[in-house]
Amino acid sequence: MGKLDGKTAVVTGASRGIGRAIALELAKEGANIVVNYSGSKEKADEVVEEILKIGKKAIAVQANVADNESVQNLMKTALDEFGSIDILVNNAGITRDNLLMRMKEEEWDEVIQTNLKGVFLCTKAVTRQMMKQRSGRIINIASVVGVTGNAGQANYTAAKAGVIGLTKTTSRELASRNILVNAVAPGFITTEMTDALPEDIKNSMLSQIPLAKLGKPEHVAKAVVFLASDDAEYITGQVLHVDGGIAM
Amino acid sequence: MSTVLERVTKVIVDRLGVDESEVKEEASFREDLGADSLDVVELVMELEDEFDMEISDEDAEKIVTVGDAIKYIESKLN
Repeated sequence: MGKLDGKTAVVTGASRGIGRAIALELAKEGANIVVNYSGSKEKADEVVEEILKIGKKAIAVQANVADNESVQNLMKTALDEFGSIDILVNNAGITRDNLLMRMKEEEWDEVIQTNLKGVFLCTKAVTRQMMKQRSGRIINIASVVGVTGNAGQANYTAAKAGVIGLTKTTSRELASRNILVNAVAPGFITTEMTDALPEDIKNSMLSQIPLAKLGKPEHVAKAVVFLASDDAEYITGQVLHVDGGIAM
Repeated sequence: MSTVLERVTKVIVDRLGVDESEVKEEASFREDLGADSLDVVELVMELEDEFDMEISDEDAEKIVTVGDAIKYIESKLN
């Protein structure tokens, strides 16, 4: 018996990295998964295959979370396929790093659109269904840098800090309908995104981590499973840091 | 076939847990029937389902009383 048997989860940006790990971990606990992806169809199909091997159902659905019509279609497809949406994990995110002085307006806009507006659109799109169900879990993937700031990521940190504010407000608005909204704030997690960083940046990251090692996508995924499960039924509006102790 | 009034009344009674006798045309959802803002959003959602229609956010904001809802739905049905 899994902790999430019979539940349906939509995970945005689930073809790679942390999103992929979240999709797999939720499936291991019994959930059926809607694997949303933006561009990497092959990668998304691989995640679906892996979930089918676990013995759970999964479909891959293309959608740009920054586009409302695309998001509506994603949620409709999920509902048509599985009949409910019990868990939404807003994970999709991009980076366009640059120093503030050099950051182009487009770099700012793209990151805000996907990482912040995307969370708003997806949340709004599932709320109707979750209100009807009188239950639901929304888990937003924020970031430690949304709390601490990070040179070179004005757009990303602003979006992630915005996600934390959105998490708290959504939590307050929907608590009376038994919809619980929380955020998970990963620290430095080994993914393609962090692999691409230069060695000296990685070393300086390590020096900031009390536990002195990078995190794994599974560490984040397990926190998401917890917040999605009955074990977290009295927790809402919180930010759970999974960062080796960077932010305290 | 129930009338629009009967169907709207049933949705309101089910959602807000008020007595049928309180559901009068002039009754305001928020002032008289004890609905909070989220209740009103939910009511509109349920009316959309009941009458198989879409009510835009702009139109929904204008629905203040039971009579507003009935008039709106009747105008859309005709």
